[in-house]
Amino acid sequence: MNNARLETIPANLIRSLPLPPPVALERGLSPAQWGMISFLVSEVALFSTLIVVYLTFRGSDLSGPTPAILSRTLVFCTTFCLIASSVTIHFAVKSLSCGERSAFLRWWTASILLGLVFLAGTAYEWRELIVIHDLTIGRNLFGSTYYTLVGFHALHVTAGVVLMLTVLGLTLNRLVSFSNRAGVALVSWYWHFVDCVWLVVFAVVYLA
Amino acid sequence: MAVVEQEPVLLRAYQFTPEPDSASWSAVLHICVMTVDHKKIGIMYVIMALVFLVIGGIEALLIRFQLLFPRNNLIGPETFNGLFTMHGTTMVFFVGMPILIGIGNYLVPLMIGARDMAFPRLNAFGFWATLFGGLLLYFCFVTGGAPTMGWFAYAPLTEHTFARSAATDFWALGLAVSGFGTLTAGINFIATILAMRAPGMTLRKIPFFVWTMLWTAVLILFAIPPLTVALTMILLDRNLGTHFFDVQNGGSAFLWQHLFWFFGHPEVYILILPVFGMVSEVIPVFSRKVLFGYEFMAAATAAIAFISLGVWAHHMYAVGMSRVVDLYFAAASLVVSIPTGIKLFNWLATMYGGRIILASPMLFAVGFLSMFLIGGLTGIMLAVVPFDLQLTDSYFVVGHFHWVLIGGTLFGTFAGIHYWYPKVTGRMLSERLASWQFWLLYVGFILTFGPMHVAGFLGMPRRIYTYDAGLGWDFWNQVTTIGAIIQVPSYAILVFNLITSLWKGQPAGDNPWHAWTLEWATTSPPPAYNFETIPTVHSRRPLWDLSHPDDPDWKYE
Repeated sequence: MNNARLETIPANLIRSLPLPPPVALERGLSPAQWGMISFLVSEVALFSTLIVVYLTFRGSDLSGPTPAILSRTLVFCTTFCLIASSVTIHFAVKSLSCGERSAFLRWWTASILLGLVFLAGTAYEWRELIVIHDLTIGRNLFGSTYYTLVGFHALHVTAGVVLMLTVLGLTLNRLVSFSNRAGVALVSWYWHFVDCVWLVVFAVVYLA
Repeated sequence: MAVVEQEPVLLRAYQFTPEPDSASWSAVLHICVMTVDHKKIGIMYVIMALVFLVIGGIEALLIRFQLLFPRNNLIGPETFNGLFTMHGTTMVFFVGMPILIGIGNYLVPLMIGARDMAFPRLNAFGFWATLFGGLLLYFCFVTGGAPTMGWFAYAPLTEHTFARSAATDFWALGLAVSGFGTLTAGINFIATILAMRAPGMTLRKIPFFVWTMLWTAVLILFAIPPLTVALTMILLDRNLGTHFFDVQNGGSAFLWQHLFWFFGHPEVYILILPVFGMVSEVIPVFSRKVLFGYEFMAAATAAIAFISLGVWAHHMYAVGMSRVVDLYFAAASLVVSIPTGIKLFNWLATMYGGRIILASPMLFAVGFLSMFLIGGLTGIMLAVVPFDLQLTDSYFVVGHFHWVLIGGTLFGTFAGIHYWYPKVTGRMLSERLASWQFWLLYVGFILTFGPMHVAGFLGMPRRIYTYDAGLGWDFWNQVTTIGAIIQVPSYAILVFNLITSLWKGQPAGDNPWHAWTLEWATTSPPPAYNFETIPTVHSRRPLWDLSHPDDPDWKYE
């Protein structure tokens, strides 16, 4: 070690050596929080690419169904569910931080159910599109881009629901409690992100 | 402190990695598969990259032998196309990236005084995803031949119509899987660097290599997902009948070029930024001076990372974009030369007036400086639209990017390998073998890639499998092949040196180069927990402070 030299210095000299300034403790985000933030940044890049691809081909089809066939009523309802789930998961995390286990379980289950309603809505919508409008992923460019963009998002919702179900199972087995609130909060960050992405997708695909 | 909170998790992670003392093959394999230690994972990344380097090198040699004579018929055109596709893909994705991520994996926690990366198990996952991505890529040979569309896989060559075997699917899958591994490594680096530094080590005091790894990780976050999307679109086109790149049905070949190069250009900075960091560690130590202009170097790194996200279409001038777009991308590409120039001059200023010791790491670092400068200058030439329109897709371009990737990335990486090998193994590399390796590589490299520029000027397009006599290309191609042959013993010497020094090398001790960063404070090789006590840091050169308590660095920073 390099401090060998330090030991050979006489004690009175050591006292005359300059003393380093005190080290201030850095208060910042935890590794897990930085990890989740960087993951979400990469997800932003992923969805931006998908949206750019969707917009590139928008209106370039010469045959087959166009975005005009999309039903807005259904999607307004499912979008509402997804936004509501963001609110409920916020309250779930808040009750866990206060140590209220039963309130957490209620809010958390509500978030999962709302997520499942959204997925069911997507499934119903796709069935209509395929059976009634004959819009498959290979039919035309609208089909290709629409199913890829909405499908990638639905995949993320599914992953979120699986994550939330895992947390629910662990909570019921008393493996998740107040002390795990930081990790549970990270799941909610992911879920909020997935909701935000949906708002953009919704605006681009259904409102534009 | 975040580090302290991390410990129980790490302890639990280590419980799953029993490490028996016996060194039988099965025991070693067991350690490799089970380990979550950043040092072992780092070493595995580097070994994997060296194996793929040999594979990619053999592919390059076959290409060179085919081009040795006009109208040569050593390998057919189909095999030739497969070989340059696999050579490019292998070298970029399975040599360049893993070797840099591996070295970063080994060093970043040691340099910032942490006991491991932020997510050790994710780290292991990243390595295995990268390795299996590489194996998946090479599965394409099982389908009867490699994909033949080149490493940037321009559409519509990847469409089912033009590539009927599953080789292209393996290519896309391999890259997607390894890309996922790379992404997890990027996330891990950011979390580790931002939240696990030793007490007192503010971002202004981290070793410079850690700065460059941080920006590399940021580039990974922005560059890899678009590639993943684009590869998914290839797979969907080929397997589910979508029309993204299917030009007969309204798809766009142009879109693929945008998506690929939006990944591809940041990718070249992913391949060079960590090398800038390694050279910035080596040059001060072997000049016995502090790094000149640390703050400016850090800002230049950030500037390069930002600008590199907005220059991708300079690969696409020949497509025929609008003049405004061409002008923007030319200007943006030229702007990159400013922060890069700052770096080069700062390295020179670090050496200026220093007591330069030309040990093997410094030898490679100086080789890097000279060669990367030339590669950078041809890059500036190619950023100019009219010049590029003349020489696009010619051997000049091939010469340029090999000059940057070998003269830059590889020379710098070898500087790093020679510098940190004593830390990793506890033994010194043979200096005699290292200088043989350096000079053979230096001469072989210039002979290989210098003539490519000339052949490019004489009009030789890249990726042709043969050429007619009398075009003036014969001589330059023969020199190139001879250069490639001269490089072969250089790599052999490296491997020989790396292996035999494990037991024949001089014992290194903790700090053989009298360096100043934290990784040299612990033993060589470091214990599994890196540091017995987490050190407290007051300056950029903690070991200098320790050995010069009467004149510490923190008084001046």
